[in-house]
Amino acid sequence: MAQPRADAPSKIILADSDLHRVVDRIAHQILEKTSGATGTVLLGIPTRGVPLAHRLAARIHAFEGVDVPVGSLDITLYRDDLRLKATRALGKTELPAGGIDGLRIILVDDVLFSGRSVRAALDALKDLGRPSSVQLAVLVDRGHRQLPIRADYVGKNIPTALSESVKVALTEVDGADEVRLIGGLK
Amino acid sequence: MIKHLRSAADLDAATATLILDTAAEMAALSGREVKKLPALRGRTVVNLFYEDSTRTRISFEAAAKRLSADVINFSAKGSSVSKGESLKDTALTLQAMGADAVVIRHSASGAPHRLAGWVDGSVVNAGDGTHEHPTQALLDAYTMRSRLGRLDGLRVAIVGDVLHSRVARSNVLLLTTLGAQVTVVGPPTLIPLDVAAALSSRTRVSYDLDAVLPDSDVVMMLRVQTERMQDSYFPSAREYSRRYGLDMPRMKKLPEHAIVMHPGPMNRGMEIAPEVADSPRSTIVEQVANGVSVRMAVLYLLLGGK
Repeated sequence: MAQPRADAPSKIILADSDLHRVVDRIAHQILEKTSGATGTVLLGIPTRGVPLAHRLAARIHAFEGVDVPVGSLDITLYRDDLRLKATRALGKTELPAGGIDGLRIILVDDVLFSGRSVRAALDALKDLGRPSSVQLAVLVDRGHRQLPIRADYVGKNIPTALSESVKVALTEVDGADEVRLIGGLK
Repeated sequence: MIKHLRSAADLDAATATLILDTAAEMAALSGREVKKLPALRGRTVVNLFYEDSTRTRISFEAAAKRLSADVINFSAKGSSVSKGESLKDTALTLQAMGADAVVIRHSASGAPHRLAGWVDGSVVNAGDGTHEHPTQALLDAYTMRSRLGRLDGLRVAIVGDVLHSRVARSNVLLLTTLGAQVTVVGPPTLIPLDVAAALSSRTRVSYDLDAVLPDSDVVMMLRVQTERMQDSYFPSAREYSRRYGLDMPRMKKLPEHAIVMHPGPMNRGMEIAPEVADSPRSTIVEQVANGVSVRMAVLYLLLGGK
């Protein structure tokens, strides 16, 4: 996918307080849809899915006192575009001590776009165990799906053009919390 | 990323560290139930072994298979090499079969360099003569880092048959690139002056093992390579063992945290006493396990991308 130039115009879609409210809402929705988040594991997809998963777990704990195990799931070796780009460094895969067998897995990522990362994550998951079900939580859904995949929890739907890109910044990784839309014709 | 791994000198500190970090992730993946990863599906890795090998060949084969590559094993025995086929003609055959990577072990130093000029795929040196064995150095570095937590500033003694050891050569290059202080130790016949002079820019040279041990975090014992020794380099095996072998009293001179390494195969009772080889400080079995992870990392980084 063509990246907009570094000096392309950008606008803030979510500022830090908005982003925090969105995370709070997803945490509530998870509690509601999973009847209290029991038997649930949050698995973040590196890089930014991992801190998001930790934030969701912290909010769920704050709201209802439930401890949801958190892990990370690296999908690099399962990507379908591995051969189209230079070799990528691997991220961390860390499963909670209880594993994933028979549990409800919620995959957490920052942006849902083509759906190919999620497909890779589903493939990776199948090699790690057999969850009872898999759900998907994303901070931003920007559309343009190339596979029949949808999210169960969406922070914000942002209609985008293919020439634009969505950049999520999180304090843990980037030093600030915000979501930006970069590029476009305007 | 580099295309071939022919020498530990092909690796700068950043690339070497990337390989070790990738190996750590690969090791974590090896602990799970389904060990297979799809990263190299449809790629072909040829193991071209002109010299006998147990652990290196099996280790490369396991590494390639865990990454889902197709593996073709070729050993000189039982092939057209025994009918007199040259390395070049064998290489062209492999090229015609579409090998994406060739892992080569050869008794001639420099064979991987020549091979890289004849095939389009990546060439990985799995030991060439008395020259180099870079993946062994990588797995040794990985083992040191996972046992002792760091490589920078680590004091490493490499002991024994430095003259004939490709393991020593690759380790000196890689470990000094990564910031370790290396001392090579052995009898003067096995570290002759020209070798000592060539090494002196990167390492210290000592002929006294007992003096080096108290200041070492790692002691790596080399195998005495009788198959490569045409002359007599020391009066008797017993004398070598008494002066340069690692036995229990010598191991006690090492600092508490120090580890003992050996690339294998060992001559028990010669360069290393059996009770030292089997002690908890010895990392010899760990090195073999780490070998698979490190070779997975190398194959992935050479073949995984465009």
